[in-house]
Amino acid sequence: MNATASEMLLVNEPPPPPPPAEPVAADPVPAGIETVGRITVDQPRMTSRNVSVMYGDKMGIEDVNLDIGKNEVLAMIGPSGCGKSTFLRCLNRMNDTVDVCRVTGTIRLDGEDVHDPRLDVVQLRARVGMVFQKPNPFPKSIYDNVAYGPRIHGLAEGRRETDAIVQRSLEKAGLWNEVRDRLEQPGTGLSGGQQQRLCIARAIAVSPEVILMDEPCSALDPIATARIEELIDELRENYTIVIVTHSMQQAARVSQRTAYFHLGRLIEVGETSQIFTNPRHDLTEDYITGRFG
Amino acid sequence: MTGAALVLVLLALAAVAFHLGRKRAFAVSAPLGGAKHLHSLPGYYGSLAALWCAVPAVIVLVLWLSLESRIVENLVVSGLPEEVRALPPERLDLVVNDIRNLVEGNIVSGEVDPEMRAAAGRYRELQRTSAAASAVVVLIVAVAGLGVAWRRVAPALRARNQVERIVRFFLIACSTVAIFTTIGIVLSVLFEAIRFFGHVPLTDFLLGLDWSPQMAIREDQIGSSGAFGAVPLFAGTLLISFIAMTVAAPVGLFAAVYLAEYATPAFRSVAKPALEILAGVPTVVYGFFAALVVAPLIRDTGTVLGLDVASESALAAGLVMGVMIIPFVSSLSDDVINAVPQSLRDGSYGLGATRSETIRRVVLPAALPGIVGGLLLAISRAIGETMIVVMAAGLAANLTANPLQAVTTVTVQIVTLLVGDQEFDSPKTLAAFALGLVLFTITLCLNVAALHVVRKYREQYE
Amino acid sequence: MDTSIHTSEAMVRRRAKRRAAERRFRAYGATAVALAIAALGALFASIIGNGYTAFQQTYIELEITYDPETLGLGEARDAAALSAANYPGVVKKAMRETFPEVTGRRAKRRLYGIVSSGASFILRERVLADPGLVGETRRVWVPADDDVDMLVKGHIDRDAPEAERRVKDDQIAWITRLERAGRIEKRFNTTFFTAGDSREPELAGVRGAAAGSFFTLLVTLALSFPIGVAAAVYLEEFAPTNRLTDLIEVNINNLAAVPSIIFGLLGLAVFINFFGLPRSAPLVGGLVLTLMTLPTIIIASRAALKSVPPSIREAALGMGASKMQTITHHVLPLAMPGMLTGTIIGMAQALGETAPLLMIGMVAFIVDVPGGLLDPSTALPVQIFLWADSPERAFIERTSAAIMVLLAFLITMNALAVVLRRRFERRW
Repeated sequence: MNATASEMLLVNEPPPPPPPAEPVAADPVPAGIETVGRITVDQPRMTSRNVSVMYGDKMGIEDVNLDIGKNEVLAMIGPSGCGKSTFLRCLNRMNDTVDVCRVTGTIRLDGEDVHDPRLDVVQLRARVGMVFQKPNPFPKSIYDNVAYGPRIHGLAEGRRETDAIVQRSLEKAGLWNEVRDRLEQPGTGLSGGQQQRLCIARAIAVSPEVILMDEPCSALDPIATARIEELIDELRENYTIVIVTHSMQQAARVSQRTAYFHLGRLIEVGETSQIFTNPRHDLTEDYITGRFG
Repeated sequence: MTGAALVLVLLALAAVAFHLGRKRAFAVSAPLGGAKHLHSLPGYYGSLAALWCAVPAVIVLVLWLSLESRIVENLVVSGLPEEVRALPPERLDLVVNDIRNLVEGNIVSGEVDPEMRAAAGRYRELQRTSAAASAVVVLIVAVAGLGVAWRRVAPALRARNQVERIVRFFLIACSTVAIFTTIGIVLSVLFEAIRFFGHVPLTDFLLGLDWSPQMAIREDQIGSSGAFGAVPLFAGTLLISFIAMTVAAPVGLFAAVYLAEYATPAFRSVAKPALEILAGVPTVVYGFFAALVVAPLIRDTGTVLGLDVASESALAAGLVMGVMIIPFVSSLSDDVINAVPQSLRDGSYGLGATRSETIRRVVLPAALPGIVGGLLLAISRAIGETMIVVMAAGLAANLTANPLQAVTTVTVQIVTLLVGDQEFDSPKTLAAFALGLVLFTITLCLNVAALHVVRKYREQYE
Repeated sequence: MDTSIHTSEAMVRRRAKRRAAERRFRAYGATAVALAIAALGALFASIIGNGYTAFQQTYIELEITYDPETLGLGEARDAAALSAANYPGVVKKAMRETFPEVTGRRAKRRLYGIVSSGASFILRERVLADPGLVGETRRVWVPADDDVDMLVKGHIDRDAPEAERRVKDDQIAWITRLERAGRIEKRFNTTFFTAGDSREPELAGVRGAAAGSFFTLLVTLALSFPIGVAAAVYLEEFAPTNRLTDLIEVNINNLAAVPSIIFGLLGLAVFINFFGLPRSAPLVGGLVLTLMTLPTIIIASRAALKSVPPSIREAALGMGASKMQTITHHVLPLAMPGMLTGTIIGMAQALGETAPLLMIGMVAFIVDVPGGLLDPSTALPVQIFLWADSPERAFIERTSAAIMVLLAFLITMNALAVVLRRRFERRW
């Protein structure tokens, strides 16, 4: 399966067929991979098999096999440039926007191949939302920021429904009480932490199943970070969350499972408590004990 | 000695001065133990001497040349017979013109009487004297400057600092050229425009509906007294600019969006140079194209459709002007679209927006101020565009909103009024400057507003 | 399996609509680019289609007898007499002898009209170069009249009713006879590149205009490059941020957008009326275009200076170099390619500029090729403007050809700028 630049945003393709009726069979795990720990879960939301990414002729990630379970928080850690963000961006095909990027392997969301040419990337991204490293609110009002997704997807009819979605999303993101009186003010006027929660609210408003977070707290101060972490914990009830983080403490605090990446490979995956207390791979141990990274 | 020879001699003198100054620096430093005891490198002493030699001389030369013709003229006029000098100024100008033509050996209007011939001889004489005198004075100044510099060379002289100060002064002078150009523009159009408003009241000019600048040549001629109501010109300019913008704004903007957001790199590498070529085509070529191809095409199409189309319709000029402005709009829009941070696009794609939704709802609104600024600049360009309308729009000052009729514009009238005979005492010629003043004011306002908007926009994303 | 709202039937339908909207939007963009490129294509096609024939000119072979009697020379053979001799008479005689059957004044005049009035100049040149020709008979190729030229090139329809064309039936018959005899030929039009302007299309050339443009650009380059670079250096490297600098910036940016015709008004009022410089002179044209191109050059030069990383300045300053030395030794050489690119682009703009030159009188009908900065002259774009105004069909062709010459210059200059940029562009 290739997702090359020419296939970027497959919006010109015919409409996708209805979701496959057959039961979702977990892909068999290919033999001979080096990942330590159990990569599969009982109730997978997303699965990835043999996923590799090339940037031009440079290898981004190689042969990543990993399942993401329902309603869990999966943390991905590793030194800079290890490929964890690249893998994250494969999950909702954000890599399509990078011209030189080529993705191979299979990624499934609820059993559907996300690279299937018949699948609409627009639908994929509506179901797999994303929060970026730097808060990137649109230069619009707070209200319009949150209402943007529902409007383009037609999730709300009329002002009243939109209002309801906006309020619910902001409440879930824990921002409602802070901004309820100034919904018409620009989103760019909020503080960094508020902006990031606004971006989370914006993602929630589309009713995704999975939320991808790419180092969501790296631009924030400790108090704002703590607030976001609490929020992630609350969101776990309704969403599957994959978070890339540089902070091991953060991974330990918010996640149930942790995956450790090194030089484009998935080295070890397991229960967070196990990874941090009893890592099985030497590289993992070196990293979490601070010997490099 | 001709001006060119004089300049060459000055250059040679400056070279000599450089050499002497440098040698002198070595000489004065020898007793102290060599050039390392000088404040600056010896070359700087040479440069300083060369500057002392050349700069004052050049200043004198330039002043001399720019004032020479006026002084000579005044001297010649004062030597003319009493009755000639008593003539009104505009007649006197004619006489001076004739004398000048005689001097240059051109054909003269009217008969040549001996007095004129004598005056011409005197003129030539004075010119010769002036040329000789200027050469002498300039060379004296140059040598004197060299002497002063020579005497000042001393180990403690901070030659480098002085040279650098002079160079710096030169740099400042160069950068103020822009200010002086603007002042020059304002003064040159303002003065003549004020003289024009002495003939024609400002309100008649700005609000009058009738434009026919042909003046009666003789006092007793009837009719054609000249009417200077500029409203038809403003309306014509606006009509053509409007047509141009209805072509250029959507096409330019969509082209920029397509090239920035959709096109493959290969396509972009073909289309962008094509647009640049379109931008580089001289306006006179567009004018020829409009007059030769587009105007007849529109007229013939109109005839087929049973419409009455003027052979120099506003539509033809406007369409071609629009084509001319397309690359301008698209390159400015391209800049501002590319300035929108990728993170905003990612944010939108991450929510499942399609490419066009992202462009329409996120990129374009974010780029709006910049695009508006670019469009304002494009309008300013359309209003000031000259050659296309001179060649493809008519001279008839019709007050109409019908694009199939001929209209005329401010720039066309400036050209028609000033090409050919100019009389700086008749409102006909002066009207061109009044129109120029209006044109400058309007474009200035548009430019300043546009530049302000664009600048604010850039600061937002920097 | 819990289903997402995004997989619902309604959503699928909605996405189909969104895809259609996406396709439409994309099509608008593609159409816009296609329109722009089509306009460019139409422009070039019409220019080249109209103009390529101008590079050829129809010539007629005549049997010329340099008869001293017809020439009105008598016994005199000195240069003055030879120069003033009656060469048109010789041409006419040759025509009469070729078509002895033509009688009647009108018919004869039409017969003489086949040959360009420039033919007699060619004969004069030959005789002046070799006085021994007098009394001899020679076969000489002389240019045909522009109407004949148009006819031979097929721009005039031979089958159109006689009243509607400028070449009459008997003329066509004569031309056909000459063609059959192999005495009409199309040759490369050297006149077009070596002659100045003329009222006769077959004698008109672009050399005078090209020389005028050359002198004008010479002045522009000599002034605008040093001044532009100096101004850019000051503004980028020295200028404190104060109101004066701000004012200069605003002025430069505004001047870049002031209509060019306004610069023409400035030139007329200041250089010609105030300083008394001669009208129609390349010097004045160059001064005006200098003021016009300065903003372009300053803006490009500043960008070039800005792209030199500050670390290089710091390195030089850290060695104890003065600021001026730092700039002249390190910054300027690194920024020079960018500055030159900007200058070439500015020059290309100046070369194509017409309107301001109209204001300062460079629109006169000038036959002589200018030889200096003060000679009256026109410029290439102005020549195009002048010819475009001429009614003769042959001038349409020559206007297009002149445009091709101008565009060739412009494309060369721009290509040079691109090469310079590619070659020396450095990414820090």
